Amino acid sequence: MTVYAGPVQDLIDELGRLPGVGPKSAQRIAFHLLKLPKDDALRLANAIAVVKDRVTFCHTCFNISEGERCGICGDPRRDTHVVCVVEEPRDIVAVEKTGEFKGRYHVLQGAISPIEGIGPDQLRVKELLARLEPEGIDEVILCTNPNIEGEATAMYLGRLLKPLGLKVTRIASGLPVGGDLEYADELTLGRALEGRRELD
Amino acid sequence: MSRGTLHRDEAVVLRTYKLGEADRIVVLLTRGRGKVRAVAKGVRKTKSKFGGRLEPTSHVAVQLYEGRELDIVTQAETIDRFRAVREDLDRFARASAMLETADQLAQEGEVNPRLHQMLVGALRTLDASDSPLVVPAFFWKVLALEGYRPEVDACVQCGADDVSLVAFDLDAGGLLCRTCRRGQSVSPEAVALLQMILGGRLNEALAVPPSPATHEVDHLATRAVEHHLERRLRSVTVLDH
Repeated sequence: MTVYAGPVQDLIDELGRLPGVGPKSAQRIAFHLLKLPKDDALRLANAIAVVKDRVTFCHTCFNISEGERCGICGDPRRDTHVVCVVEEPRDIVAVEKTGEFKGRYHVLQGAISPIEGIGPDQLRVKELLARLEPEGIDEVILCTNPNIEGEATAMYLGRLLKPLGLKVTRIASGLPVGGDLEYADELTLGRALEGRRELD
Repeated sequence: MSRGTLHRDEAVVLRTYKLGEADRIVVLLTRGRGKVRAVAKGVRKTKSKFGGRLEPTSHVAVQLYEGRELDIVTQAETIDRFRAVREDLDRFARASAMLETADQLAQEGEVNPRLHQMLVGALRTLDASDSPLVVPAFFWKVLALEGYRPEVDACVQCGADDVSLVAFDLDAGGLLCRTCRRGQSVSPEAVALLQMILGGRLNEALAVPPSPATHEVDHLATRAVEHHLERRLRSVTVLDH
């Protein structure tokens, strides 16, 4: 139902396409923007334009980046021998927050999902293989999601990389810190038991 | 069916879609209500109560709250984990082909307990054995369930059952003798396997080791399913290398 003047309705429609924004919220945001001073509104418009203009994928690791190389790939202090393979650029942020990892990353831009027709060819697998030798990588950490697609991806990459004589590791699975044992599902708890460690 | 009621059912998770920030829509093949789409809230969070229970291939007991468009999963408990399927890439790919087929065949709102039962059975078999004929047998059996049971005991054209059958035609829906032959040619070993699968000797067929004939039956089954669905199965080719 179109009740607003053309440009306002266009704005509402565009906002309504954003994730998590329903028609009602779109309307609310649109009216907020209408009320805003022109400068403030244009700053938002400009930020979007700049992002779309300048941000691309890093040519090495496929993280989002301003320019051909992302900040992590261009940082000389990072360990070049270890690469952490993740599904999405957002996963890099999650791993970075831990402060436990000092190597570089490789973003696959997805995970294997046969039912959706996504196989290795649709992911940045060839690009990963091409990095191994020139960068002198000797450990690959498979840091894909611990769900069925992520596991399938890790298995596939493991099978591909192992014969190359590299150290291939998979991130551990287990119980989240601060949780209750009784709510853990069998798979997670099973994995946690399997991956138990001796106390020192 | 009335809204706002709770249902308990048994289901296999066919596939999932991301929804919003941390939710997923899970497509379930339930025993009591056919294909159902339901929202699993917060399932992508690490501390979700569902954990890994609502992933494709999982066989679960669920409690669903009936919503306006989509149901909501309120509880889920594992019945079968299918560990070997999850931890073996090749079996996972094969399981995916079965899930994709079940997803394509099942219609929402159409109760089909037999399909559910066959899928659970096939997944259990795949989890326990590495027989090359699990998936093709499932394909042939569901086609038969759908009313497309191929003729494998006599020539589908002339009805002769005392001659050797040498070809399979998808349009005719069965095997053909030398005189009527058209479509794809099949070996005598493959014919024997087809007769085992569709003639109530499934266990015998599942015990057969991989051979060119099992490969033939597999290929033919995939083509027959694709012919029936009128679309390609994505899962089949994705991991072929």
